[in-house]
Amino acid sequence: MNKLLTVSPSPHVYEDTTVKRLMFDVIIALLPALAFSIYFFGMGAIYVTLTAVVSCVAFEWLIQKYLLKQEPSVSDGSAILTGLLLAFNVPTNLPVWIIIIGSLVAIGIGKMSFGGLGNNPFNPALVGRVFLLISFPVQMTSWPVPNGFNTGYTDAVTGATPLGVMKEGIDKGDAVSDIMSQVPSHMEMFYGHMGGSMGEIAALALLIGFAYLLIRKVITWHIPVSIIATITVFTGILWLVNPESIADPLFHLLTGGVLLGAIYMATDYVTSPMSVKGMWVYGIGIGVITVLIRVFGAYPEGVSFAILIMNAFVPLINIYLKPKRFGEEVNNG
Amino acid sequence: MLKTFTKGGVHPAESKYSADSPIEKLPLPKTVSIPIAQHIGAPSKPLVKKGDKVKVGDVIAESAGFVSANIHSSVSGTVTKIDNVLDSTGYRKPCIIIDVEEDEWNKDIDRSTDLKKEISLMDKEIIQRINQAGIVGLGGATFPSHVKLSVPEGKKIDVLIINGVECEPYLTSDHRLMLEKAEEMLVGIQILMKALSVNRAIIGIENNKQDALEHLAGLIKNYPGIEVQALKVKYPQGGEKQLIKALINREVPSGGLPLDVGAVVHNVGTAYAVYEAIQKNKPLFERVVTVTGQSVKKPSNFMVRIGTPVADLIEAAGGLPEDAGKVINGGPMMGKALNSLDVPVIKGTSGILILPEKMAARKPESNCIRCAKCVSVCPQGLEPYLLNKLTQLEKNDILEKDGVMDCIECGSCAFTCPAGLPLLDYIRLGKSRVSRIIRSRKQ
Repeated sequence: MNKLLTVSPSPHVYEDTTVKRLMFDVIIALLPALAFSIYFFGMGAIYVTLTAVVSCVAFEWLIQKYLLKQEPSVSDGSAILTGLLLAFNVPTNLPVWIIIIGSLVAIGIGKMSFGGLGNNPFNPALVGRVFLLISFPVQMTSWPVPNGFNTGYTDAVTGATPLGVMKEGIDKGDAVSDIMSQVPSHMEMFYGHMGGSMGEIAALALLIGFAYLLIRKVITWHIPVSIIATITVFTGILWLVNPESIADPLFHLLTGGVLLGAIYMATDYVTSPMSVKGMWVYGIGIGVITVLIRVFGAYPEGVSFAILIMNAFVPLINIYLKPKRFGEEVNNG
Repeated sequence: MLKTFTKGGVHPAESKYSADSPIEKLPLPKTVSIPIAQHIGAPSKPLVKKGDKVKVGDVIAESAGFVSANIHSSVSGTVTKIDNVLDSTGYRKPCIIIDVEEDEWNKDIDRSTDLKKEISLMDKEIIQRINQAGIVGLGGATFPSHVKLSVPEGKKIDVLIINGVECEPYLTSDHRLMLEKAEEMLVGIQILMKALSVNRAIIGIENNKQDALEHLAGLIKNYPGIEVQALKVKYPQGGEKQLIKALINREVPSGGLPLDVGAVVHNVGTAYAVYEAIQKNKPLFERVVTVTGQSVKKPSNFMVRIGTPVADLIEAAGGLPEDAGKVINGGPMMGKALNSLDVPVIKGTSGILILPEKMAARKPESNCIRCAKCVSVCPQGLEPYLLNKLTQLEKNDILEKDGVMDCIECGSCAFTCPAGLPLLDYIRLGKSRVSRIIRSRKQ
């Protein structure tokens, strides 16, 4: 029996989950929403997605290879995911050169400058998105009117998002019931037939992806549910108090980036809390800030800012909200 | 809903290949090497010297303190030497080496196989006899059993918990014992109940052992006070604290012992050994060992004399498979990888697992992505990713505050980590540093 045996400490078996599998599971979960976007926005959705994904992967590869002199790890899929999420968060008529700048900021500043995957405090795709929103406010807020493959790309006919229409109307002093006739019905919004960022429009598709992520145990329900519940309760109270100047909670959930943000952006492993207690605080914080920005702030939409602000609190949350240890406080009746 | 523990836990592939293989007696080896340190506590003091003749069941090394255990010869023959021999820890440790001649048993041992139900001894005598018989926890922890039964003044025990969980994948030695030696084991449980003066005992068994559950459920009618409880399959349910939580919903305090919540936990194998020691006057010198693995020709359960080389067991199970890459003493979650097949079976050896080459290597490592999977599976409510980092940074004070000493080393964190990080390796290192600091503080 002269055979070389491997010796290592326990455990000796491993779950087959890998970082790569988790990343590709999220990418798969985003595919239904991508399909809906292409259906509503046509070629623009394809151009934006391809540009963002290719440039994010290319920037990560170039930075790892030539700046950091590391073995490039683009095959783990995280750069593809960042590109996809960046594309989902911009309008489909955004010119290629702006998307490339956004990708450079997302990957270069948002991710690699902190040491790459696992070390970034802020969600890279949102860093890119918010950078673009502040630098190119006109291009970032001219939303193509969904018209399938007739939408076109940078020549698309643009209009406001339902949230934009609502904000403008309320600011002018119009009654919510009047504004509602100018925006798509709740059912149309559920299917995604409205203006908006590429990937945020189809609630149905985003929820299908959510179910997939839960079944594959990629994420837990705590963060999305705490965000959605907070927004529902908060806008619900405001709406009940003053139904003529605040839109109903369902309108708030179906418009803008709530579902995209709650399910896919806020749950980013690297930038979200480690304990369940922490996840609740983080989710509630995102919900509250989102509503504050939407209802009382200058922007019609606030999910991106809310997530980035709460990202900044995550290290603090991790220090103060630890899981309860077994036998820490004992109550054996 | 089946009962189980509430915090964390994982579900590795069960792979119980040897579940249907009845226990076979392994042929006697040519020589045995019996380590004098095969339990938790002080190593025993050898009583024999080179050239001495011994019989099966003779004491060859005596307990060296309260937390220690007698060691008995598992064979008859001649002591050839007392020497340092490689054991399953990977270190050379003192062993008594005996050349086997015939199979002559100490005449005090009752070799009949009929079931003896009446318990004539009183509680103190039972504990003393268990101490003499060298019985230690056979689930793998090898803590001397008489210590667990000696309840300190002021502590009140109201329930005896019997661990038939066998939550480690692959292993089936406890499972087979519960099927084949059920009545003996139940009498053993009654003896333990008498020793502890309790009138309630619960046997916890995971739901993947339906046959054992049914078999025992049929038998317990004749054994008042003993209950059988089916548990949801979840690792590490066999951990004392997790099992107590699952069965009676009491939480052993951090740093405490089961007796702090009125419970004592013994393994089914220990209960069987207690039966043999008390009713048949047979000390602990053999045990059931599973030999298994995906490519093992004949996954088996053997009754093995302590000190038998592991190589003999593997030979009896069809030889070392071509693709063998790792041989483990114990299960895949907590067992120790062996660096030699000549190491002896000891009291704590519940199985020998042979993993193929493709399963021998670890997962490739990548960056921690802070997915929190380790936090969600930790049955002790710890944060493995953080303990890992704190150990690397040598932040011993924070490590202690964050509960590193509560870690039961079940390996669920490293099992589940998608980045393949050696979390438990670092946590063990952190634990050993912190325990050294705690010890030096006490002095």
